[in-house]
Amino acid sequence: MSATGARAAEGGSHSHEGTYSGGLWSWITTVDHKRIGVMYGLSAFFFFLMGGLEALLIRLQLGSPESTLIDPDLYNQLFTMHGTTMVFLAIMPLSAAFFNFIVPLQIGARDVAFPRLNAFSFWLFFLAALFMNASFLFGGAPDAGWFGYANLTSTQYSPGMRIDFWVLGLMVLGVSSIAAALNFIVTIINLRAEGMTFMRMPLFTWMTLITSFLLVIAFPAITVGLVLLMFDRMFGTLFFNPLAGGDVLLWQHLFWIFGHPEVYILLLPGLGVVSEIIPVFSRKPLFGYAFVVYSGILIAFLGFGVWAHHMFAVGLGPVANTVFSATTMLIAIPTGVKIFNWIATLWGGSLKMWTPLYFSLGFISMFIIGGLSGVMHASAAADLQQTDTYFIVAHIHYVLFGGVMFALFAGMYYWIPKITGRMLSDRLGKLHFWIMLVSFNVTFFPQHFLGLHGMPRRTFTYESGLGFEAMNLMSTVGSMVLGASMLIFLWNVLRMLRKGEPAGANPWEGSTLEWSTASPPPHYNFKVLPTVHSRDPLWAEDTGDSMHPDDPSVPEPHMPGPSFFPLLTAIGIIVMAAGALTTTLPVVFVGVGVLLFGVYGWALQPLEH
Amino acid sequence: MSHAEAAAIEVHSATGLSSRKILMWTFIGSECMLFGSLITTYLVYRGKSLVGPYPEDLLNIPFITVTTFVLLMSSLMMVLALAAVQRGDMKWGKIWLFMTALLGMVFLGGQVFEFNHFVHEGLTLKTNLFGGTFFLLTGTHGAHVAVGVIWLLNLFFLAQRGRLTQANAETVEIAGLYWHFVDVVWIVLFTLIYLLV
Repeated sequence: MSATGARAAEGGSHSHEGTYSGGLWSWITTVDHKRIGVMYGLSAFFFFLMGGLEALLIRLQLGSPESTLIDPDLYNQLFTMHGTTMVFLAIMPLSAAFFNFIVPLQIGARDVAFPRLNAFSFWLFFLAALFMNASFLFGGAPDAGWFGYANLTSTQYSPGMRIDFWVLGLMVLGVSSIAAALNFIVTIINLRAEGMTFMRMPLFTWMTLITSFLLVIAFPAITVGLVLLMFDRMFGTLFFNPLAGGDVLLWQHLFWIFGHPEVYILLLPGLGVVSEIIPVFSRKPLFGYAFVVYSGILIAFLGFGVWAHHMFAVGLGPVANTVFSATTMLIAIPTGVKIFNWIATLWGGSLKMWTPLYFSLGFISMFIIGGLSGVMHASAAADLQQTDTYFIVAHIHYVLFGGVMFALFAGMYYWIPKITGRMLSDRLGKLHFWIMLVSFNVTFFPQHFLGLHGMPRRTFTYESGLGFEAMNLMSTVGSMVLGASMLIFLWNVLRMLRKGEPAGANPWEGSTLEWSTASPPPHYNFKVLPTVHSRDPLWAEDTGDSMHPDDPSVPEPHMPGPSFFPLLTAIGIIVMAAGALTTTLPVVFVGVGVLLFGVYGWALQPLEH
Repeated sequence: MSHAEAAAIEVHSATGLSSRKILMWTFIGSECMLFGSLITTYLVYRGKSLVGPYPEDLLNIPFITVTTFVLLMSSLMMVLALAAVQRGDMKWGKIWLFMTALLGMVFLGGQVFEFNHFVHEGLTLKTNLFGGTFFLLTGTHGAHVAVGVIWLLNLFFLAQRGRLTQANAETVEIAGLYWHFVDVVWIVLFTLIYLLV
């Protein structure tokens, strides 16, 4: 059946040109980058709230000394799943939601290069996230930390299935991430609009490209680490067994060779979002475009040379520590360059003080604080004092929450009007911003001092009389308000869905191509693919006659048809993981069968049908 | 990957290159990191086994040299297969595709024989670090060869039923990129595991 014809015919009451139709099945089989983006966003936000609840339980336990609210075993599960969830199930897929929805629009394409591979990446992520969280129902969640250091994870110290849930879940998530990243690399390299040279690409697209390269290069390292660990646990190999000559530090190297680039995988999309918003809300082109692009590339490149700064305390020796201290400090340079560029863009601009700019400014200021504490423990000597204390907890939350989440919220306020076609309330948005900014600092700023005073992280309680009480209580109160601030955001979204004002194609007077088409965009994005002649095509005057995103005289372009096979292939992989988890070979074979059926169906089904 | 993937969208190519080929090259880049990490693990644990059997007790260099030669010849067959399909000679295209897969299977047969022999000599995954790293590294490579053999046989059967023609030469080229990559990886493994024993 013809995709566009069927969509138009089934449309029912609100069927007009370019709109979607159909119920749940049409979402399950969709290969449309915008619908996949929405699904990424909704599931990522769900897991963001879940990881947040885990954090609130941790803070409740630490609100008072010698609390017995949560026992040590549950506490270990909570901090492990909080970290794992926020990194892999919340921030990464939230970025992926923007990659999916925005990048094809920004480069003037109708979809990604491989739409079904894109659907496969989403379903695999979603099923793996459910798989990992199912551990709470089957004997407890993973409890060895999000870094899973050997030999905490050996069968001797971690019997049962908890670690297996973590190992298998992360491996499957890795496959999903690599597949998605390969797709975006090809999309950005090959589907750019006529005239959009690399140095005319929007900054968010640039950061997506760099992040995607980081993903395909970094994830294989952790995959190998996870395979070694799985073999140790399932087949009795000796990779991380010191009694047989194995080296537990090998795990740390493999993990952090992935883990530090992963920090930039989380961060760079946020830098891209802010680099989009600041010029639009300053009504000025980005200051030093080329510097911002090249410093992004340099951050990614240096990100592979700093992993051992997570390992200063393991005794690598003075030479290694010095080298890794130096490379770590170097990263401050390109990061600082970006910050100066944003400030120079704001300087002299006619600032539009709306919610997205508020969150972008919040991002810059909080990220600077997180960056400064980061440079502090770039020094190995200082790090020995700070490692495994709340100082590090404060640092990562200033970078990942004060930094990345503020940027991603800025992105949500900026692009949700494009996604839904309706405006969020600016008043509620600013209320959300101020409460989030203040409660964030109340929560995490005291943790710097707790850490410097010696409070260890990942410990389920502390004794009274050590001087930790007041600051912990403050942190706990702050975290509750921080959690509550999310309700304002949710209320704002619900309000928008009920009675939000129509956004129009370009509510912020943005300069990039996603604002040249309707909000929400028709499923083919652009009837006539745009041609660009500059970095800010919608601001340039000479492009007026080359933009016809919705020319009624042009027939609707043909788009790829829906397919069930990406989901089926993903189900096959998850069934294999479930079989490996329970070491039941028949289940693994069923999974292989489903996988093969999915792959063959996929390969033999024509794209348009 | 589907033959028709991106057919509707790929009218436009900013670089003039095929999207599927860029995908395969980037995937190969990712695979380099996978094998790089596995090879590093093997090298880090070289000579660290506390009990035997050790590599020098078991590795049969003449035998593996023969199977290595077979695998390298399969790359030659792959080149001939692509050339035949590109000029529309499907008769020889099919023959060379089948020969490539066949030589791949001979290599895999050699690996099965070698693994069996080692297990009989008392080397398993659990015996020592050499056992774990050796079986994991060469096993991962073997799994890649097996995927390649299945892929090539699929192309052969498609050609047999007339569904793979000169117009699909790029599909064969992409399978070839993968196949040559897997061969190159073996040359590295052969050097590092066998020749440097």
